Amino acid sequence: MPEPPDPADHLLDSLQMARFAADGFLRFDELVPRELNEAAYEQMVANEVERPPAGTPLSSMWADTPLGEVFRLPAIQGIKNSLVGTDPLYDHHAVHTVGANHLQGQAWHADAIIDIRQHFDIQFFYFSHDTPREMGGTMILPGSHFRRISESDIGRYQNFRGQLPMVCKAGTVMVAHHGIWHCAQPNRTDQRRYMFKLRLNPTARQLRLWNTEDLGDPKISGILGTNHEWYGNESRLEVVNRIKFWRFLTGDEDFDVGYWLSRLENEPDTPQQQAA
Amino acid sequence: MAQRQKLLVLYAHSPDLNSRVVSWSEYDGTSTEKHTSGDSDAPPYDSVVAAMREGWRVIQFPQQLPSYPGMEYNTAYLKYEYILEKLEELDA
Repeated sequence: MPEPPDPADHLLDSLQMARFAADGFLRFDELVPRELNEAAYEQMVANEVERPPAGTPLSSMWADTPLGEVFRLPAIQGIKNSLVGTDPLYDHHAVHTVGANHLQGQAWHADAIIDIRQHFDIQFFYFSHDTPREMGGTMILPGSHFRRISESDIGRYQNFRGQLPMVCKAGTVMVAHHGIWHCAQPNRTDQRRYMFKLRLNPTARQLRLWNTEDLGDPKISGILGTNHEWYGNESRLEVVNRIKFWRFLTGDEDFDVGYWLSRLENEPDTPQQQAA
Repeated sequence: MAQRQKLLVLYAHSPDLNSRVVSWSEYDGTSTEKHTSGDSDAPPYDSVVAAMREGWRVIQFPQQLPSYPGMEYNTAYLKYEYILEKLEELDA
């Protein structure tokens, strides 16, 4: 008999983690098999998703259900284990729908409230059916996850350079930092759109949980220096936020991108030696 | 003749009104048209000055304040928000 798939084989690598730090999300296209997508879709349509109390161990939930099977896929286990560890807690889920021919976009928002932790929750966004642009889908703003705002404080904004609609095929999964800015997009089709969202809380210190074999890859600094166009003059401040986040994730308190934090941390106290 | 107001909110790269627009919103009080999140991929003008040249009047400048102590590296809202208006005559 073949060995069962091992989630350890699906851990994220350091380049993917750097992308998560820079962009606030990772996207995995057509990750979930077709039969499971169809079953999960039917479960959502039937409104048969159990809602346990917040703080329930994820591992104890949704036995023998299609959505449970989705989140037990080794590939998704690997993503989860890399970001929030092997035993996260269920925070909440939502079956988000946008009705047919609903032409109003949702206001931009981040979920929950101002959250100043370096420790972070993740949110899975699972698209069980094809989602072309005319159907939406969820619009996200790459690199917005460190911004300190409360829910719909950002509702005055409508468009940003670099905004990204999740246009995807069935089975696509996005995983995002809890702070990512997002909004549902209008649905110009005759079919109701579904998206399943699941928020998870870590129970272990988020320290090198991924496959760190490539932690010394020089491309990491370049990824962490990504300039999202909508930042304008604040791009360098966002790089500082990412350096601090990467230090938190890796435990390397000397890590820097370029010289941005090292320069600020240079406060010599040692008197200069006088020449004899 | 009654007047109605259109608002254009432009977020610039820097306090320079010639700098590139990085975010934008439109609120139209002259019609039933309702702009919404994600409804355009490119800004209507490349800069605040470009909008002024098309007849938009700047009615709000962003104030520039030093960071609160301890919050120098925090980010939140877009800093350089310019609000512009156009007034249109409507038949009463």
